[in-house]
Parts: sequence; structure tokens; C-alpha cells
Amino acid sequence: MKALPDRRGYFGEFGGQYVPETLMAALDEFETAYRKLRRDRSFRRELDSILEDYVGRPTPVTEAVKFGALCGDFKLFLKREDLNHTGAHKINNAIGQALIAKRMRKQRIIAETGAGQHGVATATACALLGLECVVYMGEVDMARQELNVFRMRLLGAEVVPVSTGSRTLKDAINEALRDRVTNVLTTHYILGSVLGPHPYPMIVRDFQSVIGREALAQIRKRTRRLPDVAIACVGGGSNSIGLFYEMLPHKSIRLIGVEAGGRGPQLGEHAARFSGGALGVLHGTRSMVLQDEFGQIAETHSISAGLDYPSIGPEHAHLQKLGRVEYYDCSDELALEAFHRLSETEGIIPALESAHALGWLLRNGRSIKRNAVVVANLSGRGDKDVPQVMALQ
Amino acid sequence: MSRVNSLFARLRKERRCGLIAYITCGDPDSQTTVRIIEALKDAGADAIELGIPFSDPIADGPVIQAASQRALANGTKIDDVFAIARQISDVPLIAFSYLNPILRFGFERFAKRALSEGIDSVLITDLPVEASADVKSKLGKLKSVFLLAPTSTSTRIAAVNRASDDFIYYVSTTGVTGARKELDPALLARLDEVRKKVTKPLAVGFGISEHAHYEALHDRCEAIVVGSAIVRAIADGDAAGAPDRAAAVVRRILDN
Repeated sequence: MKALPDRRGYFGEFGGQYVPETLMAALDEFETAYRKLRRDRSFRRELDSILEDYVGRPTPVTEAVKFGALCGDFKLFLKREDLNHTGAHKINNAIGQALIAKRMRKQRIIAETGAGQHGVATATACALLGLECVVYMGEVDMARQELNVFRMRLLGAEVVPVSTGSRTLKDAINEALRDRVTNVLTTHYILGSVLGPHPYPMIVRDFQSVIGREALAQIRKRTRRLPDVAIACVGGGSNSIGLFYEMLPHKSIRLIGVEAGGRGPQLGEHAARFSGGALGVLHGTRSMVLQDEFGQIAETHSISAGLDYPSIGPEHAHLQKLGRVEYYDCSDELALEAFHRLSETEGIIPALESAHALGWLLRNGRSIKRNAVVVANLSGRGDKDVPQVMALQ
Repeated sequence: MSRVNSLFARLRKERRCGLIAYITCGDPDSQTTVRIIEALKDAGADAIELGIPFSDPIADGPVIQAASQRALANGTKIDDVFAIARQISDVPLIAFSYLNPILRFGFERFAKRALSEGIDSVLITDLPVEASADVKSKLGKLKSVFLLAPTSTSTRIAAVNRASDDFIYYVSTTGVTGARKELDPALLARLDEVRKKVTKPLAVGFGISEHAHYEALHDRCEAIVVGSAIVRAIADGDAAGAPDRAAAVVRRILDN
């Protein structure tokens, strides 16, 4: 299989660089720096040592016997990204990009955040590496994730409220892109998912692919075979592509991505881009986009802020089209049920995002063959969601 | 010869730097937009950019974003932009859009309608020249305009010079649109360099709001583009007075 994206940043017909001219030079600079650093031994060493000594990698895989039994008759392993420093997989990418920024001599970092996890991860990386950090966050999300706002401020980041549009993640990305256009020479924008213009989907994927690389080795060691199924939730798609990427060449592994089904199939009530979206361009990339018939971007809903986004990473759109990865959705209600069941049966409180993958297993696990080995990405811990779930009761 | 082409030929003959006025269609409403355009013409605008509102305008500053939101909130669609264009005559019209609304509308269909309603060319802000070949072939006879920025490399300048039909839109600061007090001196130097590398007329936009800006740019480019200053004036009061307020901005900048 040819390595993707191609030279111009496309995964098949998806991806590309659809941004104003002012940003093009910066994207080229970022790509050039990355392609050079990727082969640079001292860079690799620095990244690996931070991942090991600071982030806490490799993260373990935990067999979830009791929760697995609720789902079906297979062996379920959880890849424990929740045990990373800051509590989610987002730190893998934040550290990697912050290191690149430092080598590019960009002293100022900006980031967008929805649930706050990527903002916290970026603020953490900046504190560690001595970089200035500004995080854009929608006002609605700031209210939903008060604790993470305070956490970012504790870490020395400036959190800028975004009051335009739907005041959520997509508007935070708009503001971050505007900042990037304005401060193009001094600033690096650490995008948190496999979204946006090339080279972001490639670079974020590469930094997250450590998840699947570790998981494959760990599952092989534990079971002496490849997993039969790998499953993860898909917002922008960074934790899922991180899990899937190294598994793509192993055709026997069934790969499943789970989107946010929200409250139902009506536009505005969910974030299921494959069932409800159409080909479009948002935030610099061509992918499947939730939009109205006039090409205006739709508002989305999910119980989990991290999945609440109208577009999906272009590589996912490509993998869906190829049929290599299957995509389904899981409702708010089912995700919430999985959130409770995993907490009770395994003593692990999952992020509401990750609970979507678990919810799909709860509902559909019976269709998975007996004794299969299933690995689910537990992309983050649910502490951040406890106040929200508490309020629902 | 296209209307935009003849405009630049005329400007050259008159040794005059033209003024292109940007407005967001449908803000505050379509009928007022038509009256605003008439007033801008009377005040001395040489061409009009018809902004097609989009929900996520990443290249625009807060003033134009707010105008887009108002236009969308009152239901403005691409069809309304065409209806506005139909009521305007005697001035070149350039549609200014993000890619997604046109992608959704269909490029061929958009081009056909635009041409029949009197729109001369289209500028798609988030369509870089690398990705434009396919789109340009679908747009057929509708001309396209591309952006250059101070950060554009020589290779990109050459590519834009080839692809841009009637003129090139030069983004005057590394900033987004928004009326600024002063023009960046480094911009002026960079503009002079860029101008030497292109053969098409240059229109300089983003940030122009004062007569002093116009004077500083008069001999450095073929036209200036005024956007945020006009859009801000439109929003600053009732709909009935919007045409006069918009025209006043153009008169102030041209000092006539």
C-alpha cells in the first residue's frame, strides 16, 4: 500500500490544503520542519524520553473481563490511554508538536479545545518546554468544562473565550486559524486532531500511532496473536487513527470507528458525519461534513464535547470509502450506560468520548465471534465528565 | 474584453488607483444591499465585491464574520446574491466566497447563474492555486481571482499570476480583514517587490480605512479593496441610513 497522504496532502479524494494564501507558507514551513525532524535522531530521542519519563508510556492494556462479559463472548482488552499524564491520548500529539515548534523557534503556541483535554495537554507541554500558550475555547464549552478551564490557567495558559457562532469547538478552531493568520511568523498552532489542512492530519496521526504500535505488541505478547477487532470512538479521529494506523496492513483485523449518535438522526442532533454528512470543505480539509443544503456548516450535538464536531479527519473519510474501517454511531444514552457499566464492573471511569466505543460493544458485541480478541481504545479518563453526569442524575 | 479588464484598462489610462468596495450580501437585508451598492457606485467605487455569507469564515475578521452571521440569520442564500446582482448594472461585480457554499451549489451551476446575473468573476478565499485547476475548468467562462500574501513565495506568486484571470488580490498585511489605523511599512516594501513579479493588475485589500492609506497605495497598485470599514459603517445604525454611511466611507477614503 502506498503511503498516504500523497505529496499534496490527499488521502484519495479527501484532505488537501484549503486555506487562505496567508497560511500556505506556514504550512509548508511546518511540513518541511517535520519531515526533517522525523529522521533526526536527537529529536526522536527527546520525544521518546518525554513520552516515557513524563507522559508515562507505554500505557498498559487491561483485560476487562466483567465488562467484556456484559458485551458478549469475547476477550476484551482496553488500551489505557486514560493513564497518560493529563488523562488522555491528546498529550502524545501536544508534546510532539510542541517539540517541533521549539525547533522551529516559535515561542508562542496556540491551540483550540472542545472538551478541554487537548487544551490541557497543550498547556502542559508548553509549561514543560517553556513556551507561551494561548488556548481558544467556545463559551459554551467553557461553561461545560469549567474544571479544565481552571486547570489550563493553573498551567500558565491564557484561555480565550470564543463567543462567535455556536460557541463550541468549530468556532474555537476558526479563532485559532485567525490568530494563526495574524501572527504567522511568531506562532505555531497545535491542532489537536487529525483535521485541518495538510500536514496536520499526517503529523497528528504519526504522533498518535504510538497507541496502535504498543497495543499490537502488547496483545501479541498476551494472546500470542493479532487482535480480531479494534474499536475506538471518532470525533476528529485522532485516538482512533492512532489505534488503527499500524493495524491497517493486517487485513484480518476488523477496524471499527464509533461516531456520536447524539439524540437522534436529525441534522443538529448528532455528530455522525458518515450517515448524515456530505462531501464538503471545512477548516482547510475536504472530508465528510455535516451541513445544510446550502453548504452552511451545521451545528452538532453530542453528550461528549470531544465528539461534537461537524467534520471528520480526511483519512477516516478515505478508509470509510475503501471499506477498510467500518463506522457506526452510538447514542448519548447508550454511551452514558457504558460510562456507568465500566465504572461499576472494572473500577475505571471512562471519558464520555471513549464510552461511545464501549456503548457500541454493549449493544452489538453479541455479533462478534466467540473467543475473539477485541481491543478498545480507552482514549481518556472520565474525571472531567463527572460533574456533567452528576447533573444528569 | 471583460468588464473587469476594461475597468483596469480605463484606470491605467486615467492614471488612477481604483477602489473596489466589499459588502456582505444580505446584511442588513437584500433590498438594502442593493441600495448600498448604488450608493457606493455614486460615491466613486469602481467595482463591487459581493460577499456570500458563510457560517465559518476563517479568513475574515470579527466585523465581516458578524455581518455574515446576521445575513445568514435573516435567511440569505446564494440565490439572494444572484437576485442582488441582477438589480445592479454598470459596475463590475466580483463574487467573494468560501469554497463550501459553492461546492454545495455546484461549480458549473454557480458559474452559469453568476454569468447570467451579471457577475464577472469569483474569488474563493480558501481555494489555493494548487487546488484550482479542477475548479477553474468547472467554472468555465466565469473568471477567477486568486490571493497573494506577503508570505507568498516566488513559485506561488508565479502560479497565482498564471491562474488569476483579471487581477490579483494582494492581502496587504499578514493580518485578517479589519480596519487598521496605519499600513505596515514592511508591507509597502514587500508590495513593491511582489508587483515587479506579476503581470496582472494588483488590488490591495485587508485593512484599508483612511484617505492616507489610499494615498500611500495610489502609485503602488492598480486598485484598493475596502471591506471592513464599509461593513462596520453599515452595521452602525439603522437600515435606512446604511447606504449613506457606506458611501461616506468611500468618499472619506477617496477624499472627494
